[in-house]
Amino acid sequence: MQHKNRLKPFFENITFDRDDNTMVVNFGPQHPSAHGQLRLILELQGEEVVKAHPDVGYLHRGMEKMGENMIYNEFLPTTDRMDYIASASNNYGYALAIEKLLGIEAPRRAEVIRTMLAELNRIISHLFWLATHALDVGAMSIFLYCFREREFAMDLMEDYCGARLTHSAVRIGGVPLDLPKGWITNLEKFMFILDEQIGIYEGLLTKNRIWRMRLEDVGVVDEKLAKTWGCTGLILRGAGVKWDLRKEMPYGLYPELDFNIPVSTTGDSYGRYKLHMQEMRESMKILKQLVTMYGETDSQLMAHAPQYISATKEDIMTQNYSLMQHFVLVTQGMRPPVGEVYVATESPKGELGFYVVSDGSPYPYRMKLRAPSFWHTGLLQDLLPGHQLADVVTIIGNLNIVFGEIDR
Amino acid sequence: MAQHEVNYLSNGGAPIALTTVDKLVNFGRSNSLWPMTYGLACCAIEMMATGASRFDFDRFGTIFRASPRQSDVLVIAGTLTKKHAEFLRRLYDQMPDPKWVISMGSCANTGGMFNTYATVQGADRIIPVDIYLPGCAPRPETLQYALMMLQRKIRKQPCKLAQKAKRLI
Amino acid sequence: MRSYTPKDNVQKQSYYNDRFYVTPKLPRQSAYSDSTFSADYLSLKNVVDVKEAYIELDHLIVHIEPQDNIKAIKHLKEIRAYDMMMELSAVDYIASRGGFEIFYELMSISKRKRIRVKTFLKQGEAIESVNPLFRMADWSEREMYDMFGIVANNHPYMKRILMPDDWHGHPLLKTYPLHGDEAARWYEVDKIFGKEARDEIGPEIRDSAAIDRYDTTRFARLGHEVPFGTQISEGNEPDTKVQYQEEDTPEIFGRKIVTPFDEVETKHLEERR
Repeated sequence: MQHKNRLKPFFENITFDRDDNTMVVNFGPQHPSAHGQLRLILELQGEEVVKAHPDVGYLHRGMEKMGENMIYNEFLPTTDRMDYIASASNNYGYALAIEKLLGIEAPRRAEVIRTMLAELNRIISHLFWLATHALDVGAMSIFLYCFREREFAMDLMEDYCGARLTHSAVRIGGVPLDLPKGWITNLEKFMFILDEQIGIYEGLLTKNRIWRMRLEDVGVVDEKLAKTWGCTGLILRGAGVKWDLRKEMPYGLYPELDFNIPVSTTGDSYGRYKLHMQEMRESMKILKQLVTMYGETDSQLMAHAPQYISATKEDIMTQNYSLMQHFVLVTQGMRPPVGEVYVATESPKGELGFYVVSDGSPYPYRMKLRAPSFWHTGLLQDLLPGHQLADVVTIIGNLNIVFGEIDR
Repeated sequence: MAQHEVNYLSNGGAPIALTTVDKLVNFGRSNSLWPMTYGLACCAIEMMATGASRFDFDRFGTIFRASPRQSDVLVIAGTLTKKHAEFLRRLYDQMPDPKWVISMGSCANTGGMFNTYATVQGADRIIPVDIYLPGCAPRPETLQYALMMLQRKIRKQPCKLAQKAKRLI
Repeated sequence: MRSYTPKDNVQKQSYYNDRFYVTPKLPRQSAYSDSTFSADYLSLKNVVDVKEAYIELDHLIVHIEPQDNIKAIKHLKEIRAYDMMMELSAVDYIASRGGFEIFYELMSISKRKRIRVKTFLKQGEAIESVNPLFRMADWSEREMYDMFGIVANNHPYMKRILMPDDWHGHPLLKTYPLHGDEAARWYEVDKIFGKEARDEIGPEIRDSAAIDRYDTTRFARLGHEVPFGTQISEGNEPDTKVQYQEEDTPEIFGRKIVTPFDEVETKHLEERR
C-alpha cells in the first residue's frame, strides 16, 4: 500500500572488526525510553558489551548556524530548545553571556527572578531525570509520581511566563515580566509538597534492594575519566571532585546564597542518584532564601542600557526616543562591542557554556553552544565496555543526557 | 474530514447490519489506538506529560507500544531532521494497516522555527499525515483533542482492512 | 544588471550600517596584570612561540602556531594544572583571512581560571589531534570536521558526527547557506523516494511568510470548519460547535456504549489539592 520508495532492509552500515562470537546490536534512533534519538551500536559478547559506538546527530537542527543569521534577542527562544527540560537555565546562561559581552548588569529584582527560575528549572529537570530513569530501570510508578510534582512546577512556570515547556522567560538585560500575584504563595506550597514527596521517593528507592542492585557499581566514572572527557556537573561531583560553578566561579546572585554542594565518593550510578535527590533539596533551600530576598528589591526589571536594551513598555508607549530606539533594536538589532566571550553557568546537566564571537554587527559572527550532554554521550564509548546489556539502559538514563543539547 | 457514503443497495443488500458492523469495528479501532513512542524532541516531553498522571492518556485506551508492528498511530512529536527522515519512513512502512499519523508540534508540521539545512520542512514530505497539531510545544490538552479528532475521523471511515494510499503534500 | 551578492559570506548581514559609527572593542588587559595568568604566560612562553597574549573578560587568550598545539596544551595540562578542556571548535575566517581560527578552551579546577588557546590554520591544512591529551577531543574534532572540513591528523575515527555520513558540504562555513544547498534541499526525498519524486513532492517551502493562492479555499475559518473542497468564498459557513463525541455513537440495547460528557454533572476543582 505504501508509496514506492527506495528503502530496502539493510543490516549495518558500520563495520567493526568482527570476532566470532560478538553480536552487533543497534539501539536505533527511535527509543522506547525517554532519552531521544541516540543510536548506540553495541558489540556484545553474550550479554556483555565489548564495544560501544554512540551515533548522534539525529536531532541536529543547525542552531549554531541559526545563531549566525539571527539577531541576539531573536536567538533567545532557540536556546530554549537546547536543554528543553530546563529551558530557563539555557536562557539564563545565554543572557548572562551576552550581558557580559555588553558589559551591563541586570537589576537586582531581575536577578532574583532569574535565579528563582533557574533553581525551579533545576528541580523540574531532576524530577524528570528521576521519572525517566526509574521508568527505564523498571520502577514505573515513580514516573507517575514525579510527573505529578512536575505538573505543579510547570503550572508555576506557566503562571509566570505563559509556557509550560519552552519558557523564554528571560531577556538580555533582565526579565520582561514581574512575578504575578500569589506566585510566591504557590511556590511555597509547592516546596512544602515537594519536601515530603522527595522523602517518599527516597524512601521508595534508596534502600530498595532491587534499585541498589541495579545501580550500585554500575557506570563507575572515576575522576580521571570524568576530567579527560570534559564531564561536569553531577558526573564530576559523583566522581568525588567538589566542583560546582555556582560556588567555585560564581555568577549572578550565588555569592550571596547559602547552600551546600553534595559530592559522592563512589563514582557509580547509585552515588549520582543520591546526588540528584540531595541537589533537589539544596535547590529548595535556595528558593526559600530567594523568596525573602525578593521582597527587599525595588521594581526595576530590565537593565538601563539604552544603546542595547529597549526601555520599559511605559516609556516606549509615551516617550518618542524610547520608541525609536526600540524600533531600531527590534528590526536591526543591537550592535555589541567587537570581541569574544565565553560564559559558563551550572545547568542541571553540567556546565553549559556560550562562546560568542562578535564582529560588531547585529548578527553574531560565531555562536558556539557548549552543551554538557555532548561529551557525556561520548563518554559512553569508554564507559560501556565491560557492562551487561541491562546496565546499558541504566547508564544512559543515569547520565542525564538531553538530545536537544547534544545535537543542537 | 473524509465524507462517509453509505450505499444501501450494494454489499449483499443487508445495509443495516453492515453499517452497524462498520460502526462497531471503527468504534473499537478508535477507542483503542495504540501509539508508537516516537518522541524526538521537546514535544516528546509534552507527550509523556499527556501520558502521565495529570492528563492521562490511558483513559482513551491508548497504550504506548515501542514496536511499530504493534501500533496503530504514529505520533511524531518533535523535529524531524534529514538524518532521521529515512528511519521515520522505515518505521512507518513497518506499521501494519490500518494506521494513522498525528503530527504534533510546529517542527513536525512544517519544520517549525528551524528553517535550516538539516530539518525536514514538515513530516508530510515523507509520510502522509492525518492530523496536524499546532503549538510549540502543544499543551497536553491539545494532544488529547487531536486524538479525539482522530477518533472521530476513524469512525467516519469505512472499515476496510486496506487503506487507500494517502497523498503526500 | 542584477545586484551583486557576495558569495563568500552568504549569512545574513545588517542592511544598514552607520557610516561614522565605530564599534568599540572589548577591553584587553596585558597578560601580566593577573598573577596566575602571568605565571602561566611566562612558563608557556618558554615552551612554545606565543604570538600574542592578553586578558579579555577574565580569560587569558594565547595565540600560538598550529604546529605547537599539542606541545602548548600538554604543557598547560601537566605543568600549569589546566586539567579540563571545555571546548574545542573553529571560527570561519576564510573570506577575511584565508583560514580558520581554532580555539581550545581550558579550565583549571584547582586555580579556578580559564584560558583560551587560539591558533590560525590556513584553509586546506590539517591540525594535529589533541585526543591523546583529552579524550573529549575525539568528539569535538569530529564535530569540527563535520561542520568546517578541518581534518585532525591521527584521530581514531575521523567521520561525520552530526550530519549524515553521505552529506555533501560542511554546514558551518560562511559560504554554506542557512537553508542548505541543492543536495541538502533534496536530501531526504532523494534518499527515500529517489530523484524522480522531486517533482511529485515539490520543493520545500522555506518562506515563512509564503501565501498560496489556494489558502482561501483550502483552509476553513476556525470554528466554521467544512469538508475539503467546499466553496468558502461567500463566508456563510455554519458554526461548528466543539464536539468531543458524535451524537450517533453506537448503542447496545438502547444504551450508548460511551457515556456522553455532561458538563453539569462533572466536578470542577477550583483549588489545587
